[in-house]
Amino acid sequence: MLKLVSVLMAAVLVNNYVLRQFLGICPFLGVSKDLKNAAGMSVAVVFVMALATAVTYPIQVYLLVPNGMGYLQTVVFILVIAALVQLVEIALKKYAPALYTALGVYLPLITTNCAVLGVTIANIDAGYDFLTSMVNSVGSGLGFLLAMVIFSGVRGRIEYSDPPEAFKGLPIALVAAAILSLSFFGFNGIVENLFPGV
Amino acid sequence: MSGNGQNGGKPSILLRGLIRENPVLVLILGTCPTLAVSTQASNAIGMGFAATFVLVCSNVVISLLRNVIPDKVRIPCYIVLIAGFVTVVQTLLQAYVYSLYEALGIYLPLIVVNCIILGRAEMFANKNRVADSLLDGIGMGLGFTLALLVMASIREILGSGSWFGIAIPWLRKNGISVLTMAPGGFIVFGCLIALVYRILKRSPPKPEGCLGCPVRDTCVKSKKIASGEEA
Repeated sequence: MLKLVSVLMAAVLVNNYVLRQFLGICPFLGVSKDLKNAAGMSVAVVFVMALATAVTYPIQVYLLVPNGMGYLQTVVFILVIAALVQLVEIALKKYAPALYTALGVYLPLITTNCAVLGVTIANIDAGYDFLTSMVNSVGSGLGFLLAMVIFSGVRGRIEYSDPPEAFKGLPIALVAAAILSLSFFGFNGIVENLFPGV
Repeated sequence: MSGNGQNGGKPSILLRGLIRENPVLVLILGTCPTLAVSTQASNAIGMGFAATFVLVCSNVVISLLRNVIPDKVRIPCYIVLIAGFVTVVQTLLQAYVYSLYEALGIYLPLIVVNCIILGRAEMFANKNRVADSLLDGIGMGLGFTLALLVMASIREILGSGSWFGIAIPWLRKNGISVLTMAPGGFIVFGCLIALVYRILKRSPPKPEGCLGCPVRDTCVKSKKIASGEEA
């Protein structure tokens, strides 16, 4: 149990996908303009990440590896994720129209979001079991949510700032992201200190 | 964006990817691998060439198949083709350049979702001839490699005081180590974009909407978002 909590904390804070590992930068910069969209997109990412891991992990362990087809990992995973996102979109449209209106816009963007493919491959590379993989996926998604929500607040302040002409727009947003990323270095070592020996 | 190169003959198709339409610094595609592997010049070159290989192959094949692939399912088709070529690169690197395979780690399979490759398939290869698509692939690939190399050189020289692993006397002891870490990536990238747009005498793009999405130019939804119909 402690192990799972430590994996969760490491995924959310220490190895934050956006701010430490540079995965999912495009939505981080593109959709973080206001809190509502940032949160909506992130919730969709958490959901798809968990679902994608739940499907790709058994495929890798019970289908690809026993048949000596491990080299097909990349092709199979991206196809499964693309199909899953489509299915989720169709299912939401039919059974939960309210949720679809809130999250539907972001779903197509998620297929090519490197964080989703990244987390499914990272789970396999790290050799996690199924439960740990799921916890790591949800944690990574929550880390993405945290970064998006904080950054949407930062973006609100940037709107009112007056940087040099050449830095207006994207460059100053990247500099702000650098400072946010620097602040996340404060979490270094937190897992080792809270859960010694896990 | 049209007009500068689209009708300018073969050399301009090849060359515009380097500066004028540099995929990373001007079109702002492929940010994730750019930030992640630009800590060392040697990794940057490796990543650049791996992505260039995939880009050239996918551009040529997609251009060859542009009249065969049904329009409605083109994106999944492109993704399968790209994933296939990425697997080829993964296998080759694992067999012959294992150190690079290790260094690139998870970012190697993630070339599949590198927006530059899907972006060029959608924006160029599916409506141009094979020879042009080949040149476009080489040009854009070299542009990606160049941008990575510049980023990595700045970060490696100032951050760890070496270049391609060769130590630089004074800087070695006085490196700004934060540049090799995550925040350094964001800061160097931001400054480089500001510099490039300054040189091109244009204002930098706004970080909003579908920026960074490879199919933004052909996507109906992105136009709605841009015009404010859908938030």
